[in-house]
Formats: sequence, C-alpha cells, structure tokens
Amino acid sequence: MQAAHRLGFVLLLTPLVLWLALLIIIPHIDMFFVSLRERVGVGEYETSLANYRTFLEEPLYLMTFARTAVMSVLATALTLLIGFPVAYYIAKIARGRVRSALFLLCLVPFWVSELVRTFGWMILLRETGVFSSLLQWAGLAQGPVEMLYNDAAIMVGLVYTSMLFMVVPLVTTLDSLDDAVIEAGYDLGGSGPSILREIVIPHAMPGIVSGSIVVFMLSLGNYLTPIMLGGKDSLWFTELIYSQFIVRFNWELGAVFGFMLLILSSVIVWGTLRLTGQTLEKTMG
Amino acid sequence: MIPTIPQSRLIRATYGAYVALFFLYLALPLAVVAIFAFNDSQFPSLPWEGFTWDWFFGDERPKIGVFHERPILRAIGTSAFVGLCVSLLSVAVGTSNAFLFNRYDFRGKGVFYVLMLLPLVIPGIVLGISILVFSSTVANAAWNVMEWDIMALRPGLLLVILGQFSFITTISTLVIATRLQKFDRSLEEAALNLGAGRLTAVRTVTIPFLMPALIGAFVVAFLMSFENFNTTLMLVGSDAPLTIAMFDRLKEGSTPLLNAVSLLLMVGSSLLALVMIAFQRK
Repeated sequence: MQAAHRLGFVLLLTPLVLWLALLIIIPHIDMFFVSLRERVGVGEYETSLANYRTFLEEPLYLMTFARTAVMSVLATALTLLIGFPVAYYIAKIARGRVRSALFLLCLVPFWVSELVRTFGWMILLRETGVFSSLLQWAGLAQGPVEMLYNDAAIMVGLVYTSMLFMVVPLVTTLDSLDDAVIEAGYDLGGSGPSILREIVIPHAMPGIVSGSIVVFMLSLGNYLTPIMLGGKDSLWFTELIYSQFIVRFNWELGAVFGFMLLILSSVIVWGTLRLTGQTLEKTMG
Repeated sequence: MIPTIPQSRLIRATYGAYVALFFLYLALPLAVVAIFAFNDSQFPSLPWEGFTWDWFFGDERPKIGVFHERPILRAIGTSAFVGLCVSLLSVAVGTSNAFLFNRYDFRGKGVFYVLMLLPLVIPGIVLGISILVFSSTVANAAWNVMEWDIMALRPGLLLVILGQFSFITTISTLVIATRLQKFDRSLEEAALNLGAGRLTAVRTVTIPFLMPALIGAFVVAFLMSFENFNTTLMLVGSDAPLTIAMFDRLKEGSTPLLNAVSLLLMVGSSLLALVMIAFQRK
C-alpha cells in the first residue's frame, strides 16, 4: 500500500514538474541568459549588461515602456469603474431569470476571438465607419470623422477586451455579500455612499484585486488592440518585443524587453497584493 | 441600494439605463461584424448595398465566400488541430495536477501551487518568446553536439501547441481541482470496501463525478487555444492558425469575407458554450 501510494505520487508529480520546468522555468532562465549576451562578432558573444544599457539609454524604449505601464493602469481603473456598477446590478438587483441572462450576456463577447472584437471596433470607428456615417447623416459632422488610430481608441478596445475578467470575479464576490448586512447598514443610519465605502467595497476587495490583476496583465501584454486601433505614435511595448524578435532578429535586445515587461508586471502584481493584503493563491486559485 | 430598500424612481431609472447602455456597448462591435457579413459590397462599411450570401457561398471573384476560400479553410483546420491537441494535453495534465494537489501532502506543496498559478501572470508574448528562445537553444545544441537538425524545435505547430499548453494547463487544473474538492471521498472508500482496486474505484466513481469539469475544461481549453493570439504569434511557422491568418488579411485591408469568418466563429463558439452548459446542468 505504502509503495503504491509513493508510486502514485511520483506518477502525478512527473507531469507537473515536466510542464513547469520545461515550459515555464527553464525557458525564462534561458531568456535571462540571452539578455545578458552581447554580440561582439559573428557567432561570438560576451556576457555583459550592454543590452540593458541600450534599453536605458534609448528614450524611445523607455518612453514606450512608461507609456504602456501608465495606459495599462488607466485601462484597469476604467474597467473597474465601468464594470463595478454592472456587476453590482447583476449580483444584487437583478433577480431570477434576468440575472442569469445578464450574466450570460456578459460572457458572450468573450467566446469570440479578440481579433473579431477589435475588427468590430475598427468597423465602428474608422473614417468610413458606422459612427462617422451616422454623424454625417445626422448633420453633426460635415465630412468623414476619423476616430480610429489614437489613444482613446486603444483605451476603448482595451476596456472592452478585458471587461469579462473584471465583471465575473466582482459578481462572484458581491454575490456572497448578504443583503441583510446592507440592510443593517441602512438601519444603523448609513447613507448610500457610506455603505458602499464601508460595507460593499471592503467585501468585494478580493474580487476587485483579482479582476484588476488579470485586466492589468491582459492590457500590458496586449498586442492586437494597440496595433490595430492605435496610430503611428501610439507604440505599445509588446510591439517593440515583436519587432526585435521577428523583424530585426535581435534576440538579445528582445529578451531584455521581455524581461523588463515581466519585471514590470511582477512588481505591480506583487505590490497590489501587498497593499491589499491578498495572496496569489487566494485571488487566483 | 438593494431591492428591499426603497429608492427614488429617478435613481433606479438612471441605474437601469446605465446597465442597458453597458450591454449595448458589449453588443455593438459584434453586431456590426455580423451584419456586414451580409453586405453586398467590397468593404465592410456603410452604405448598405443590399443583402447577400456571397461572402459565405460565393465562388467568383471578387466575391469569394468562406467556403471556397482555401487558405482560410486550411487555417480553420490548423486551428482545430492545435485546439484539440492543446485541450487533450492540458486536460490530461490538469487532471493529474488536480489529483496531486487534492490527495497528497508533500514538502513544497505551497511553492508548487504558486508555480502552477504563475503562467496566469506572465504576459502571453513573454511566454511565447521564452519558449522560442529555449527551443532554439536546444535545437542549436543538438546541432552542435550531434549534428541533428530537429525541425520540430523551430517555429511551427509543435511550438504553438506547447506554448498554448503552457498556460492553458493552469486553467484546466483550476477548473478540475474545484470540482474534485467537492467530491465526497467516502464514496471512493465505499467502492474500496466493496472490493474494488484503487484504480477501479477512481475510474468508476471519481472520474464520472469529475466528468462535467473535464468536459468544461476541455471546451474552455479548446476555445482559448482557438482564439489565442499573442503566444501563437511568436511561435508560428508556415502553417498559420486562423487568428494569425485573419490578422495578416486584416493588415492588408478588410473585406466582408473576414466578417463572414468572424460570424462563423461566433456561431461555432456559442454552440460549443451551449453544449458545455447543457453538460453542466446534468
């Protein structure tokens, strides 16, 4: 029995270890080593921090890095602000059939690929698009209006793409809040805003944190939305990674970029978890 | 505000309107994509030129429909193949992981659990490049040491499958582990008391109980693989899955053909989701 138990353990542990080691841990370590390589001649490399220096000394790279971070944080905040009232409505106000229908409707857009969603926004926003035509038809605009290829369009797309990952955890946590607690708040003389601040939001905190982390990650790592909806000046950091790896074949610098993105996301995720007193196991698992 | 607390009508109406507006925002892009698939024009934009099925069934230039467009059909096939491989692999490994975390206590369990969650917080594009770098290191080493040229380790379908598998497994593990936690182990013990071996007990009692989660994980994995873009972009070789093929088309300019493909995708994934919900109900 004991031997069988051990055998079972080893058999179950093997796939986990193989998966994590070969596809997650070793590749990242290898990428780190590549980022430390400096090309000194054809097929000759030296270990140095030269690539990191390139990253720090080129204003375009740093600017794009900062811009991507700031815009991702902004997209996360917007998604939370827009999604929270809807999640609250689904969890606390809608009842029965309507409730499950609304919840399902929230999920529908995400059964189709991100590409299709972005394509939809392109059809709506571009110069010959639906909004532009409607504005002209209504007499609100003289000529075609270009609403695509700017930061606002990127923001609309990012918020749209990530909405599900905010609303679902929010509905789940708000659902577990007992109505009686809110009633008690009113009985004790609380007003709407104070109840929201002191009862609802603290209760929803795990949902807010896990939703925000996922949305932030998705925005930071997004490639399609910025490239399709953004203009010439709205470079996204993932575009730099792609161009170093695939277009310029400069893997050393690309690895540095990849690492910087990884560090940025880890620092922000870790910081959010620390600030709110949550753990990765609790919010994700 | 909850229904049992009276609120002024104005506030309630405003709130209701906001929620309605939100759902309009969700539906709008998908609705226009679907509608313009039937526009009898070269471009997916207004003005409306009349209704047509040509973008699905047309077989003459300039309106070649989806069902006559070979590259797109091939890309759908590639995506389906990749999706099936990824789903099978990730459900298998996910089940094994779920049993490991549920049934065994071992040193480092907490660390392994966090490591298992890690792929969720690594950007997809970084996962893609790290696997690209590592596989090419291995391939180069194999060439330098033994003069083996392992083509499978160069960008291509195997790498795409491995790349998607690397993070979808986390999701399938979570889905299956949640269901396994609800399992009453005394049922398995009863089977053992009745003379079943350990494996027989698991096969005849635990696995049927897990079935809804296994199917759910399979469908979710398939959909995620089918629509994955970032990781795939970095690892793709000459056989492009559908999202990559559509992306290349979109860069060159769009025709309602893309709308038609998109509409088919929407219908396909909704059907899959319905199948999943039906299984969950049982």
